[in-house]
Amino acid sequence: MPTLNINGHNMSVEAANDSPLLWAIREQLQMTGTKFGCGAGLCGACTVHVNGEAVRSCQTMVGDVAGKKITTIEGLSAKGDHPLQKAWIAEQVPQCGYCQSGQIMQAASLLAKNNNPTKDEIVAHMDGNLCRCMTYSRIQKAILRAASEMRTASNASTERRAT
Amino acid sequence: MNTHVKIDSHEPADLSRRSFLVGTAATGLVLGYATIAGADSALAATANFEPSVWYSIAPDGIVTVTCGKADMGQHVASTMAQIVCEELGANWKDMRVALASNDPKYNDPVLGAQITGGSWSTMMNFEAMSRAGAAGRMALSEAAAGAMGAPANELVVRDSVISHPKSKKSMTFAEVVKSGKATKTFTPDDLKAIKLKTPDQYTLIGVSVPQLDIPDKTKGAAKYGIDVMLPGMVYGKVVTPPVRYGATVKSVDDSEAKKLSGFIKAVTLDDKTGTTTGWVVAVASTYAQARKAADALKITYDGGPNAKLSSESLLDEAKRLQAQDDSGQYFVKDGDPNAALGSAAKVLEAEYTTNINIHAPMEPMNATAEFKGDILHIYTGNQFATRSGAIAAGAAGIDPKYVVMHQMWLGGGFGRRLDADMMVPAVQAAKAVGKPVKVIYSRENDMTMDFSRPLTYQKIKAGLDGDGKLVAMSHDVVSAWPTQRWGIPDFLSPSVDKKGPLDSFTVNGADFFYTVPNHHVRAIKNEMAHNATPSGQLRSVAPGWTFWAVESMIDELAHQAGKDPALFRVELLDGKGDNAGGAQRLRNTLLAAMGLAGYGTKELPKGEGMGVACVSSQERKTASWTACVAHVAVDSSGNIKVKKLTVATDVGTQVNPDGVKAQVSGAALWGLSLALYEKATLKDGGIEQTNFDSYTPLRMSQLPDVEVTVIANGEHATGVGEPAVTVIAPAVGNAIFNACGARVRALPITAEAVKAAMKA
Repeated sequence: MPTLNINGHNMSVEAANDSPLLWAIREQLQMTGTKFGCGAGLCGACTVHVNGEAVRSCQTMVGDVAGKKITTIEGLSAKGDHPLQKAWIAEQVPQCGYCQSGQIMQAASLLAKNNNPTKDEIVAHMDGNLCRCMTYSRIQKAILRAASEMRTASNASTERRAT
Repeated sequence: MNTHVKIDSHEPADLSRRSFLVGTAATGLVLGYATIAGADSALAATANFEPSVWYSIAPDGIVTVTCGKADMGQHVASTMAQIVCEELGANWKDMRVALASNDPKYNDPVLGAQITGGSWSTMMNFEAMSRAGAAGRMALSEAAAGAMGAPANELVVRDSVISHPKSKKSMTFAEVVKSGKATKTFTPDDLKAIKLKTPDQYTLIGVSVPQLDIPDKTKGAAKYGIDVMLPGMVYGKVVTPPVRYGATVKSVDDSEAKKLSGFIKAVTLDDKTGTTTGWVVAVASTYAQARKAADALKITYDGGPNAKLSSESLLDEAKRLQAQDDSGQYFVKDGDPNAALGSAAKVLEAEYTTNINIHAPMEPMNATAEFKGDILHIYTGNQFATRSGAIAAGAAGIDPKYVVMHQMWLGGGFGRRLDADMMVPAVQAAKAVGKPVKVIYSRENDMTMDFSRPLTYQKIKAGLDGDGKLVAMSHDVVSAWPTQRWGIPDFLSPSVDKKGPLDSFTVNGADFFYTVPNHHVRAIKNEMAHNATPSGQLRSVAPGWTFWAVESMIDELAHQAGKDPALFRVELLDGKGDNAGGAQRLRNTLLAAMGLAGYGTKELPKGEGMGVACVSSQERKTASWTACVAHVAVDSSGNIKVKKLTVATDVGTQVNPDGVKAQVSGAALWGLSLALYEKATLKDGGIEQTNFDSYTPLRMSQLPDVEVTVIANGEHATGVGEPAVTVIAPAVGNAIFNACGARVRALPITAEAVKAAMKA
């Protein structure tokens, strides 16, 4: 039985090494925040982080991520208060909400590297994530809002260190 | 012109004959309509008190509103709570929502069934929810008055607190509920006599309070149908035939599947409801195993009668039917267009088409079925619990009263989840293996077995008199009839020429608010398309194609008459006769959109243009008055860039302005996606597009600037989920003509078609 490190915990799953990570997370571990959308890497609903990189869990096999650090929407923040999650509420982004775990995880991988993205950088990074409710403009606004909060927080901590 | 549908065969929905009960149950205060007309007040005090619970107030003061509407992202549950909260006088922080089961007590008060569609929910529930809220406030106030020794009419109810300013006494809702004294029955007359707030007294309606469902949707915590987990549950993956409808299974060889771990059984469906044909379910311990097993099954099919059909054959058949004088039934029959066209100064004739479109909500179709004792439990997100429960019962071979539908959040609906196909494999697989089964479609199953927006063909002939005035229009609409497929006669409308019922959900919108003295609309059923591509209601339904034709033709007529297309519309919206009121509201909305877009105020660069369209979607009697000015740029190869969509919509009353904006903006982008990016095709009886690489809804990089302005003028609340879908394609098409002189008449609009039309 493969062991997966998910959200900081080691968990063993009854899944073949050549089966998709998505189903191990959803059905074996019953962490259902990660969604199935297309099974072909075309929609982004199943996005999780592997060692900090956004990947499509429907295209990632269990055997390939053993020993790696996997993060799902449930583990993005302790209390659901990642700057992106707060911004998603402030901008009232979700409609049906089904794609939004994937959208948030995809956006989080951008902001982890670049907390001051341009609109073009956001579009380039997010274009693989479909939203059938078409909440795209609110997604953009929420990413900009979260980025701004992250910059403010990081400036504050820099200042604290300086003094 | 259809009047409002009502399913008379079900539980009577007439709330005017039912008492409203406020009573104390173990869980706190419960409030709702009596399930039986004439139920007496004695019920309210007994332990059996079980009214149609629309909301409850727990001893901690938390108010939970149970929503009988499917919430697919329109935040309708939150909207219902907001309407109750306004009259109840609760604090928004105390409001919660719950999703209803298929118990008839949660039926829509107007429609008499549980169905969510038509952008109907807010308009049809506003009054009943308001009265329910007000009744709760009165019951709580009376109990508080007794406890505080103050006259009820001197009490102020606000933010879940009932206070008596004179004595400075106050009680919270929680305290009143705990006192157990708030018991009251409102007779239908009492209820009717309640004086509801006037719009100037609203403190919550019209305020963008945060939607109650959103926080969970940012944490992955909202539970959709696909997230249901039952003890002992196994999984099913459907294997669907290459032909959309009509195939049968000849043989199933499961010898390879049997070698796979976890495989349990291949179940060939025996679907007496006729919802599916030729489906097999591979059942296994895990879904990953079920997918592998499904791939390993070797199935042979008889393709059936539709196996050779293509989009081209459906279109050819539509043209053949339209050419016959005796085809179809009349939806509108005013004056004599044929005679008027004979004497018109100018006659225009054009064909407009739309291709097959697929709903493709992000959550693929799924359902979980469990037989428990006599009861069949279904867990799924569905828009039409009343009918879908009956289909589940049909698949199980039991009476519908033994089916309990557990409603979940919907990962997108758009009309797709009005259908019940997913019930059949879940129910029959659960029955076959004796365990709860969760069936999940692959995206490929979901796309190729969609109850799609049908391929449509429309022909319009219109005539102008010597002054350029529109005097006649003859409009034929040929399509599959999605609503007729439901088999519920009450959803059909009588034809004007008394040739039997027609599916008005294929022609709504063609009965527009322009004054045209001679106007015919014929609804023609394309039987071949109806059988080969069982169609469904896709966000905006008929107005998504009728206004494509009408609003394009109006533009063509304006140009023919040498008039500005927007001003030509203003002239036609003169509000004469039956068009009084509606026409003026639509005119005002159009003028608002023109103003907001700066229409006609400046010279645009070469290759750019603006186009307008205005609509009375969804239906004549439920219209939200919506107009759009599209600003596009077209290059010499016909490539289109939509620079901006300016949308104005008159919705009368808006409950949650931010929510309305979200819906209208989403609807407009759906309209754009259908106008430019979405096309499905039939070949050899099957849908060719299988996933998001070949069926390609709008992505973030294709997002234009969208400006939405909502007009709330105090009229009754109307719907917002769909109307804006319908105005975009014609506005864009008209803008393309304005930009480069190319007239396009087929959706989706392609660069090739634009380029070809430039040369023409």
